[in-house]
Amino acid sequence: MAPLPVKFKTKEDFLSFKQRSIEQYEKNRCYLAVCGDTGCSVQGSKNLYDQLEIYLRKQGYTENVKLKCTGCLGLCENGPLVIVYPQEIFYQRVEPEDIEEIIEKTVIQGEIIERLLYSDPVSGEKYIYGRELPFYKSQLRNLLEANWKIDPGSIEDYIANGGYAALVNAVTEMDPGAVVEEIKKSQLRGRGGAGFYTWVKWEECRQQTGRKFIICNADEGDPGAFMDRSLMEGNPHSVLEGLIIGGYATGAQEGIVYIRAEYPSAVEKLKLAIDRAEDLGLVGENILGSDFNFQVYLSIGAGAFICGETSALIASVDGRIGEPVQKPPRLVQNGYLGRPTVVNNVESLANVPLILRDGAQKYCRVGTEKSSGTKIFSLVGKVNNTGLVEVPLGITLREIIYDIGGGIKEGKQFKAVQTGGPSGGCIPASSLDLPTDFDQLSSAGSMIGSGGMIVMDDETCMVDIARYFLQFLADESCGCCFTCREGISRLLEIVKEISDGSAKPGQLELLKELAGVVKDSTMCGLGQTAPNPVLSTLRHFEEEYRAHIEQKHCPAGVCRELITYSIDQKLCNGCGLCLKNCPAGAVTGNKKEPHYILYDKCDKCGVCTTVCRAEAVIKQ
Amino acid sequence: MKKAIVLGFEVPRGPDGVSIVALLQAIQDKYNYLPEKFLRRAAREMEVPLIDVYSVAKFYKSFSLVPEGRHQIVTCTGTACHVRGSEKITEEISRTLGVEVNSTSPDGEYSLKCVNCVGACASAPLVIVDGEYHGNMTPLKAGKLFAQGAKGKTAVS
Repeated sequence: MAPLPVKFKTKEDFLSFKQRSIEQYEKNRCYLAVCGDTGCSVQGSKNLYDQLEIYLRKQGYTENVKLKCTGCLGLCENGPLVIVYPQEIFYQRVEPEDIEEIIEKTVIQGEIIERLLYSDPVSGEKYIYGRELPFYKSQLRNLLEANWKIDPGSIEDYIANGGYAALVNAVTEMDPGAVVEEIKKSQLRGRGGAGFYTWVKWEECRQQTGRKFIICNADEGDPGAFMDRSLMEGNPHSVLEGLIIGGYATGAQEGIVYIRAEYPSAVEKLKLAIDRAEDLGLVGENILGSDFNFQVYLSIGAGAFICGETSALIASVDGRIGEPVQKPPRLVQNGYLGRPTVVNNVESLANVPLILRDGAQKYCRVGTEKSSGTKIFSLVGKVNNTGLVEVPLGITLREIIYDIGGGIKEGKQFKAVQTGGPSGGCIPASSLDLPTDFDQLSSAGSMIGSGGMIVMDDETCMVDIARYFLQFLADESCGCCFTCREGISRLLEIVKEISDGSAKPGQLELLKELAGVVKDSTMCGLGQTAPNPVLSTLRHFEEEYRAHIEQKHCPAGVCRELITYSIDQKLCNGCGLCLKNCPAGAVTGNKKEPHYILYDKCDKCGVCTTVCRAEAVIKQ
Repeated sequence: MKKAIVLGFEVPRGPDGVSIVALLQAIQDKYNYLPEKFLRRAAREMEVPLIDVYSVAKFYKSFSLVPEGRHQIVTCTGTACHVRGSEKITEEISRTLGVEVNSTSPDGEYSLKCVNCVGACASAPLVIVDGEYHGNMTPLKAGKLFAQGAKGKTAVS
């Protein structure tokens, strides 16, 4: 029986509920954690969970073997992931056909199933326990650790694992100033991109009077970044607890979570978390018998990247179009409804309960002097171990990409890593030993940003990447400033000309000049950082740009206008696969005889390359 | 969650009551687009000029002023999907089904849209069909996925 929900009126109420939750949690030591995050769901984990449930019920194991649908377990590349507790045996790429064996052999008899173990892509070594995997070993999973242990829908699981203790302690034992002081000592910096000290915002807001707001910015718009989504899906209470503590510290009695609509599962998990916290009196009037009242609202985005900018976000919460406004006055003086407002990122808020629970001193021991704590990155692109990684700030890019990420896919050459989303930049191989802290990455022309890390190999064209981000920004510019609206479009035109081979010499100089103008003369962060992808690729890969302009050649073989496909007449065995699969009908030839590609029909989709078994398709 | 009933729709309530964005989201969810009569009613109900309602409806990507197809096809064009070739996949779907990006097929069957990252980058590139995620796509797989649908058999699975 789960402990009955009661509204906590005192600290003791909470502690006795916690005690019961722990007992309950300890009783269910034998369980299977199935990753239910979007990443694993795509690979079939929902069905796997359902099938497991049916099997356990059919065999009458439900009393002794529990099932948990958890948040992101990290190694998305090898999903669906299942961890068998209490031993913590780590199974990957689990299919419904494996269920019987997992239950009967591993759970009942403790036997290991070799073929489901993770094997290192480089050394081939197999690992039984999750913690031993090189992917996890080099990480420091302070925030993400709970994802392995708790069911995101269960507030009892969260409380049994130390959750809400920080909030209860803050409300009953500390005054708001002391909470801000502790955050100040921790040196926590905003995880959303700018790296602004959290305590500064909180302290300024605390000193204001009257109605105030605290907003959690969960509009994670950077493409290639899903840290915040995974936190909200895997451990929504940690974000909510941080928000409530923030409310207490700043004196805001109303909290809003602004979340993007593209994350339906995170929205559901957060809704449930808020409802459960309300049931227990952790949100509402007179929290824990104090005079602290706090309400939480959800505001769902409607699809606009610019709404991640705080003043645009506030306009969107208010139901207006998401156009940024000139600052000052700053939001902490004149924010939502004209009232003092603090906006914090999801990950920053999730750090808050940790700081209060373990103390700022312990928190500061991790990271560097000016960038304390850990940071979650989503390591994606052409890397072996794609997934969510949490590391101490200050660790080098090389450690992240090679030690944790297992190096580049298919043994290809590393070319660059893109960090910081559309506002960030590309960092080349020569800078791989840069430490990832807020200041060092900026010096390399990029930024930590929200934490997306897209690894690129030698088959990625830097001109194409610049074009991609400019297209993105041109679509997402709100159009308010002329230099952003027209400047980005013009930058895009030039880069498109470079990519299709029609650019004239001198365009690079124009590109640099225009990038400077856009940077200097726009109002909000979007415009000011928009030229970064162009400038950083130009800075580190100017040769590649020049090859496009001067030799009309795309070294990576990506820019379509500059490549051609043909068939090697000696290697082609006339199997007809390319002819059958070519969507443009551009392949011709008789059976068992070498085939040809008709250049005028070919639209360079590359399907022929992927289907050809004789490796006879040549891309030039 | 705190809710309010506006024009017969259940709408989440914020600190300042119901916002236009939230109301339009409720309408879009129900009808798959924003019918003009509801935009007019929304303007009256919220006591704002109709042009403001339209500016919101046009600004945000998740709103549509024309009816959308019975099947919603979304290709992810986030950075991770882009470097793994999402552009070619979008083209292949567009060609197989005869639908331009950001539009609906003439028979009202399919709508094709691109979004900037759904946050499932490990399975990049991704295509979402009626809310169901299909990962590790290739132009070939995408073509096969929709080949049946394009021949007039309704099911896209």
